[in-house]
Amino acid sequence: MPKKENLKKVMVIGSGPIIIGQAAEFDYAGTQACRALKEEGLEVVLVNSNPATIMTDTHIADRVYIEPLTVDFLTTIIEKERPDGLLATLGGQAGLNLAVQLSEAGVLEKFNVELLGTPLSAIKRAEDRELFKETMEKLGEPIPESTIVEDVPSAVEFANDIGYPVIVRPAYTMGGTGGGIAENEEELIEIVIKGLAYSMIGQVLIERSVAGWKEIEYEVMRDGADNCITVCNMENFDPVGVHTGDSIVVAPSQTLTDHEYQMLRSASLRIIRELGIEGGCNAQYALDPKSNRYYVIEVNPRVSRSSALASKATGYPIAKVSAKIAIGYTLDEITNAVTQKTKACFEPALDYCVVKFPRWPFDKFVYADKTLGTQMKATGEVMSIDRHFEGAILKAVRSLEIGVHRLHMDKMDDWDDERLKKNLSRINDERIFVISEILRRRLLSVEEIHQVTKIDNWFIEKLKNIADVENRLKEGSLTPKLLRAAKDVGLADRSIAEITGKSADEIRSMRKMEGILPCYKMVDTCAAEFEAATPYYYSTFSAQEDEVRTSNARKVVVLGSGPIRIGQGVEFDYCSVHSVWALREMGIEAIIINNNPETVSTDFDISDRLYFEPLTPEDVLNIIDKEKPEGVIVQFGGQTAINLAASLQKAGVKVFGTSVDDIDRAEDRERFDEVLTQTKIPRPQGISVTNLQDAVNGAAKIGYPVMVRPSYVLGGRAMEIVYNEAELRDYMSRAVKVTPDHPVLVDCYMQGTEVEVDGISDGVDVIIPGIMEHVERAGVHSGDSIAVYPPQTLPAKVIYTIIDYTKRLAVALHVKGLLNIQFVVVEGEVYIIEVNPRSSRTVPFLSKVTNVDMVDIATRIALGSTIRELGLHPGIVPPKPYVAVKAPVFSFAKMTDVDIALGPEMKSTGEVMGIDYHYARALYKAIVGSGIKVPTEGCILFTVADKDKDELKQLARAFSELGFKIAATEGTAAAIESVGIDAEVVGKVHERSSDIIERIKSGKINMVINTLTQGRHSAKDGFKIRRATVEHGIACLTSLDTAWEVLRVLSFMKERRLVYSLAIQDYVGGGDDLA
Amino acid sequence: MKGKLILEDGTIFTGDLLNPGTATGEVVFNTGMVGYQESLTDPSYCSQLLTLTYPMVGNYGIANVFMQSRKSFVGGFIIGELCEKGSNWHYEKSLTEFLTEQGITCLYNVDTRAVTRKIRSAGTMKGILVAEDAPQAEIDRLLAVPIKKEVVMEVSTPEAYTLETEAKDAPFVAALDFGVKQNILKSMNDMGCRVTVLPAHTKAEDILALNPDGIFLSNGPGDPADVPEIVEELKKLFGKKPIFGICLGHQLLSIAFGAKTYKLKFGHRGTNQPVKDLRTGRVYISSQNHGYAVDGDSLKDLPLEVTHINVNDGTVEGMRHKELPIFSVQYHPEAAPGPDDNMYLFDEFFKLMKGE
Repeated sequence: MPKKENLKKVMVIGSGPIIIGQAAEFDYAGTQACRALKEEGLEVVLVNSNPATIMTDTHIADRVYIEPLTVDFLTTIIEKERPDGLLATLGGQAGLNLAVQLSEAGVLEKFNVELLGTPLSAIKRAEDRELFKETMEKLGEPIPESTIVEDVPSAVEFANDIGYPVIVRPAYTMGGTGGGIAENEEELIEIVIKGLAYSMIGQVLIERSVAGWKEIEYEVMRDGADNCITVCNMENFDPVGVHTGDSIVVAPSQTLTDHEYQMLRSASLRIIRELGIEGGCNAQYALDPKSNRYYVIEVNPRVSRSSALASKATGYPIAKVSAKIAIGYTLDEITNAVTQKTKACFEPALDYCVVKFPRWPFDKFVYADKTLGTQMKATGEVMSIDRHFEGAILKAVRSLEIGVHRLHMDKMDDWDDERLKKNLSRINDERIFVISEILRRRLLSVEEIHQVTKIDNWFIEKLKNIADVENRLKEGSLTPKLLRAAKDVGLADRSIAEITGKSADEIRSMRKMEGILPCYKMVDTCAAEFEAATPYYYSTFSAQEDEVRTSNARKVVVLGSGPIRIGQGVEFDYCSVHSVWALREMGIEAIIINNNPETVSTDFDISDRLYFEPLTPEDVLNIIDKEKPEGVIVQFGGQTAINLAASLQKAGVKVFGTSVDDIDRAEDRERFDEVLTQTKIPRPQGISVTNLQDAVNGAAKIGYPVMVRPSYVLGGRAMEIVYNEAELRDYMSRAVKVTPDHPVLVDCYMQGTEVEVDGISDGVDVIIPGIMEHVERAGVHSGDSIAVYPPQTLPAKVIYTIIDYTKRLAVALHVKGLLNIQFVVVEGEVYIIEVNPRSSRTVPFLSKVTNVDMVDIATRIALGSTIRELGLHPGIVPPKPYVAVKAPVFSFAKMTDVDIALGPEMKSTGEVMGIDYHYARALYKAIVGSGIKVPTEGCILFTVADKDKDELKQLARAFSELGFKIAATEGTAAAIESVGIDAEVVGKVHERSSDIIERIKSGKINMVINTLTQGRHSAKDGFKIRRATVEHGIACLTSLDTAWEVLRVLSFMKERRLVYSLAIQDYVGGGDDLA
Repeated sequence: MKGKLILEDGTIFTGDLLNPGTATGEVVFNTGMVGYQESLTDPSYCSQLLTLTYPMVGNYGIANVFMQSRKSFVGGFIIGELCEKGSNWHYEKSLTEFLTEQGITCLYNVDTRAVTRKIRSAGTMKGILVAEDAPQAEIDRLLAVPIKKEVVMEVSTPEAYTLETEAKDAPFVAALDFGVKQNILKSMNDMGCRVTVLPAHTKAEDILALNPDGIFLSNGPGDPADVPEIVEELKKLFGKKPIFGICLGHQLLSIAFGAKTYKLKFGHRGTNQPVKDLRTGRVYISSQNHGYAVDGDSLKDLPLEVTHINVNDGTVEGMRHKELPIFSVQYHPEAAPGPDDNMYLFDEFFKLMKGE
């Protein structure tokens, strides 16, 4: 029973799609909160537009609405569900902003909904710059001199007053969108203009920069009775100046004295009390490294990315406790879930070191500006635990999956000393590697590095400890003593092997012979003071005692998917968690290995045992040696887990599900061709080449345009469509390193309808829960396409062919579990693009809309069951009477210098779903949910490539008929006018430097339809136009297919009500058919 | 040099030895993540082998301002990593230099979590720190050395001294030093008290002869049952002046009223212990360092009432006299190390002295 007895039904708002600055941590927080509320007997109504989340599972909440997170939709849902309370502090900034809007719109009052947890006044006092400043001044808490401005001249005046550098922060944004540090007036003006555009209320804060100071954070909890605790503090490796989401962070703080620690802790308690927060809160400080002076930088009145990290770092479930506080409990009434004996009213004691390392998307966005500043750029993060910093940072680096396994980048071997030193002052994703390389070469002292970077000497000393051991390995012979020292400092077998010129296997056997094995320690919130009930472990080579209690029960390891990155998002965590649940239901112990602190899979009460470890062969094998499971499941952890399959099998580990050999048959170009020949399935003509000349000859034979990409890719990395030989030559020299070991694939680019299928097979039969048709034609990465279930335009014959091909492939590849296939349909003919014998990013979406628990079935099959034994019917599941649309969501606002045009390279960071009985409304929901601002009137700018001009004419006519004004660049305008539609001609960017851009800036253009054009000027023009739309928040469609669908929505909007909501339970249950 | 910790039940933990000596003492653990210098110089750890659960120690070095007493009285120091190069603007010397200067035997690179788990399940026990190759006879001899009992006298100030203040109408505190931490004295002094610190064995009449506005009974090491002569003096102070006791002072006060104390299985040592003030229902996080506690049941027929309890295990953390201006707490409101949530207790003492 909740302490507030009037509460029967509570609504929880999720955070929506994954974007930079708002990632899986809110799925973790929201899921935990929903479970905590249900535990109290409350009926939980959940709203979130993101179908890839666990929180939108029907057994997490009683009523799940996968609907756009807008005031309109939430109002409808509130009216329908009539919740007694609303919990909004667990849905990130998105959830918080909605709560504010709902309250201000009078919705909460009208329907008598109590805002639970932190009151609105506290939210405003923390979020509104002016109110925050007033509150801090009242408390006597120092904040950097600052002012709020609503225009550029005031900003300049203030900055000239206090002096540069200054920081610009827009009000009410997350991840620092639109902010930055200005060193001079020119920079200031640029940043302020952008910041004003991004702020929800048109305000930005200009403040004194304390760049170079220590950045310290505290996670604080307060209950309604004014009890306060700090869960954890954290220290940033990178001094103030780098967004905390882009900083390497350690927990607890390492270089603070007790006095400094307590000074900031006390400040945090004063602040949370004064604000009146009820639940979790995060406070960030800048601490002078040379005195006791500090400034309060920011307070987040909600759970955050940092609180997810703090929860995983300490074992203290902040979201769960926040939810309990919101329904009236006090901290001393809530049980500490880890010990089951003590209460939530205490402060965790850590007896290990935690390191968080950001995962940036620079491997995908190769042209993006890699400089780190106040605007967050990381898409995800990894966390690692060890008994010391050296071990933890090395584990973190291994967990990143960026092709490094220690603090060493191969490319820097070729850099001379001067280049290294020059790079030391660059604040980017490679800085820690530069420091390590300098230390290895003994180029600069710790103090000298500190002088340049302002990173605390303590951290640099630690990096030096690692470099020193590396140098000893390089310079001496590998004695058992030295091997022990290397493992003690945290180097991987593979790293030791690389430095000593041996193989990782040799190091491993030498190590085992010497008895150098890791110990596993527990994360228990209390530094072993009390016995803990929670099986949450990490490894260390610097200990004597191993405390894992393994069991003799049947057990299976599920490999997680590591950090969130483009191409591998929260959907794989959904799959891992569901696999764990399936195993536990089967009475098998599930052991999970993962390193992502934002996820549900790393919540300590999901699996039977959680190992917070890197996903590398060595780290996984060490756990397997310890646990001796029956085998490992790799098909749910995305490419991360699949990549481990071969090494594990080679080491004698049983890999459940589709065999390693069959996975290779699907992934290896030549072997897959054999499969296709055998199954008589056509694919677009293509070849694999190992040098430029073969590529040129091959492409000529296939005929342009061709699709080129390196083999073995994830998320379409470095994949491009090239239209002629010059472009091909350019691609080959620029984008890939082509060698006999790394062939490049050249395929015929077929412009057709792309279709995606997820199936489950036991090698004999196949279940196909559903088929998805893509809106954008082939050529746009499937992860960036709008996908529609069930298909709307495919003839029955095509569908039968797809079902048939799916079955043939599943049987030929002996698939045991999930498979995902992408097809392209050209003139009624079905061709295969690729097969992935593993879970895909559409599995959660499809599971939800079809009500088939795909991962559960796949897990049972992987372990040996068959479809027939499970009593299931092979074949396609009959399509549902409703339509579900999955739309991609991008984070372009955070990534300047990135082209937003869609192509074969995946660029989206997340997705939303729209579901409805009407296709157009489902589409509307998906488009609105994805954040595209669909204009209902105004002017649409067209600027398209010549190849698209015929299609453009019809499109322009249709928009014109809906009452839109049409503007276009010269050539495009001529095409439009040729069919009798008026189009205003606007100058190209390079001709009249600012015409189009100015119009976009001043709001005279409401949507842009732009397709990629070739040629130097036009390409640059297009890029500038597309970026301008991002900076000014207007819709830009780069595929005519998308434009047609938007048009469909716009026509629909004229005749039907747009806002209509049903719970997923109603759709899949077939109940409400009011639509 | 390699060394080891041997517990009286024969359990061995290995590590590296700094300043080898012959340390015998009770092995205790502290779970605080910062404040190693404050703990090392907290006289309440006199003769104990202090284990820190936090695995990296020495990160910010040593600075004189953080000293809690004139020297470190610990019997030995057991830690994970010993950080050679601390970093902080306060830094004056390294932890290694300090330990060497103070002649403290330190076993480092120890799996202190394993030590803690052992003590947690088996209870506090005697242990020794010896070199790896120490002969068995030496080990047997050291393990036979009894735990030192005369610890209060060892740590107490030999001479009385006074902390003056410029505050007007400053209350005058007579503080009995059973092993007082400097931050207690500093806290009272900072809030405007004149404080005279007296040796532990100062007679009641000599204390009263100073005519203080209040009497403070400090923290200190050892078993409260080992100093009955002090208890006898305390009895003579009741009803004469407001009294405030902390830690050992709290235990001695309870015994003087006829209550009992007992030894906890492994004590409370850390900076994260939740204490509930029963008068307000509020919970505060406290700094603690005690191996003994007041038996709540034994207070039943006495004029004392429990004011604070530990949220984790329900033990008595504070009490007050039902009529007289006398109160005490088991934990450390002065923090250092630890949170300063409980400074309000000094305010209450201040008010009692002012007759408010």
